Amino acid sequence: MDNKNIYIPYLMRIEKITLEAPGVKTFRLKFENEQEAEAFSFKAGQFGEYSIVGVGESTFCIASSPTRKGYIECTFRQAGKVTSALSLAEEGDVIGFRGPYGNTFPIDEWKGKSLLFIAGGIALPPMRCVIWNALDLRENFKDITIVYGAKSVDDLVYKHELEEWGKRPDIRLVTTVDPGGETPEWKGEVGFVPSVLEKAAPSSQNTIAIVCGPPIMIKFTFPVLEKLGFTEENIYTTLENRMKCGFGKCGRCNVGEVYVCKDGPVFSYDQLKLLPAEY
Amino acid sequence: MQTENYLIRKSSLEKLFTNLIGNGKTIYAPKAKGDLALFAKVDAFEEITEDYIVTANSAKSLVFPRAEKLFSYKKSKENTEINDAASDTFPDVVLWGTRPCDAAAFIPLNNNFNEDTPDIIFSKRSQKVLVMSFSCSRCNEYCFCTSVNGGPGNTTGSDILLTKLSEGDYLAEVMTEKGQLLVKENSDLFEGAPEEGKERNLAQVTTRFNQEEIQAKLQNLFENPLWDEQSRACLGCGACTYVCPVCSCFDIQDEAHGNKGTRLRCWDSCGFGLFTLHTSGHNPRDKQGGRWRQRILHKFLYLPNKSKIAGCVGCGRCGKSCPADINILDTLTALQGEPHHG
Repeated sequence: MDNKNIYIPYLMRIEKITLEAPGVKTFRLKFENEQEAEAFSFKAGQFGEYSIVGVGESTFCIASSPTRKGYIECTFRQAGKVTSALSLAEEGDVIGFRGPYGNTFPIDEWKGKSLLFIAGGIALPPMRCVIWNALDLRENFKDITIVYGAKSVDDLVYKHELEEWGKRPDIRLVTTVDPGGETPEWKGEVGFVPSVLEKAAPSSQNTIAIVCGPPIMIKFTFPVLEKLGFTEENIYTTLENRMKCGFGKCGRCNVGEVYVCKDGPVFSYDQLKLLPAEY
Repeated sequence: MQTENYLIRKSSLEKLFTNLIGNGKTIYAPKAKGDLALFAKVDAFEEITEDYIVTANSAKSLVFPRAEKLFSYKKSKENTEINDAASDTFPDVVLWGTRPCDAAAFIPLNNNFNEDTPDIIFSKRSQKVLVMSFSCSRCNEYCFCTSVNGGPGNTTGSDILLTKLSEGDYLAEVMTEKGQLLVKENSDLFEGAPEEGKERNLAQVTTRFNQEEIQAKLQNLFENPLWDEQSRACLGCGACTYVCPVCSCFDIQDEAHGNKGTRLRCWDSCGFGLFTLHTSGHNPRDKQGGRWRQRILHKFLYLPNKSKIAGCVGCGRCGKSCPADINILDTLTALQGEPHHG
């Protein structure tokens, strides 16, 4: 391990591409090298550096669950140079991946509890990893509630999975779109995530809340959770700051003394409250 | 290992230089360029200048090049081939004439690259660099090594430290096995330890602040108007970070030529707005004040909290190079509540 160049990516073949929403794609990736595939493992909450050689690297979480073996998935929105190049890739192409990096959601400690997932927009992918992880070990948890919102119906990601989750009796799914983003056929809520959450009023009894979304959504969601009776140590989120290396050397993702890449990306709200507003 | 002391005659330095070149070493030393002294590759002893207090550039590029290849690749539709740069052969370098401040900087540099996740390229390079420093007999108004646990005759980070004695010959303090090997290979040039000590031959560098006090004060200073005030003149040019011997923040960039190319690690700077800019347009450090704060807190709070060593060796280059005349020494002495009259 010590003799390995930590910047060399694994080569991964794109097995499947799913168009989730306008500009948003999911890649299912398989290791080119069998031995690397055997040795690889990760846990819910970790991330990696995905790359096209000659263009560069980009940071996304691993969006698939560690319970699903043999592949990893990532979901990204085409926005910058690297994601634009990734968007052009086709099934069968080879891309680079470094990881897994960062800490994990303490899902083992949540055994016997209820889980409340709250996500906004393109922030469902980091949570999808934990959702499927929990669903694949469904007997370990009590109630599972998912509150998910996007700008418009079109912008909702994982539409097939939302449909599947909506049908399951062991999941309470609340979906919403921002006012103006609804279609005539839309059957979900219309409104911003924090207010929809307040209306849905899930119980905080023996429950862990996992929140991920744009900073503005997070900011207005925490007070709602506190109002619903959640204590700071029972609220988790995953941060994203601009990163390059993924292991605390390149010096840009820190929030005060804490590196999002190696001390995070998963933080509980009581940890987050001690940090300066640098994310 | 225990320090071993020797005497090396002024007249033997050229012989030592010739021997090292003869042994296949690449020598980097201060070389005059206009009014500046710059660390550069030298092929002849005469090229080395002695007329410098600190060189304009630091010596960090020898272990952390401005743009360093991490790997090269060759790509076709079916296949991607990656060639690991860690299997390259790195040059045997003698760094000749570093000042104790620059030598001390190798400690925090090594900490950044090798703590937690070892960086093999950095290690391979550093293992092949022998640091032969020269003590300072002079200093200038920008120097403050003695305020950050350094000193004009400090041995930290050097393999060998030479101090010019009153007659012009040198005391050679050998600190490492690497240094010992050099002495062994050139044993005819090294004589028994001189009687004269180094202390009286060193510059008097005034202590300007107390690092522990600064660290304690910074603990609760994140939200403070002083960051905006102090950085108002800052152009965000990043010069301070590029000349800094400790700054090691980097970017990773690809350079493509057709179907071939390299992935590079390049110097970056916390002074740049782009450094922390998210793709969404959100920037956690959206003002220069926040970037200046990061620079000070990283060096004088986060690093000492973590590893007891500040991210600053007091070389003074940042203050000297700043086009807006922002001097870190002013910031630090102001923090201590004492005006700095430099």
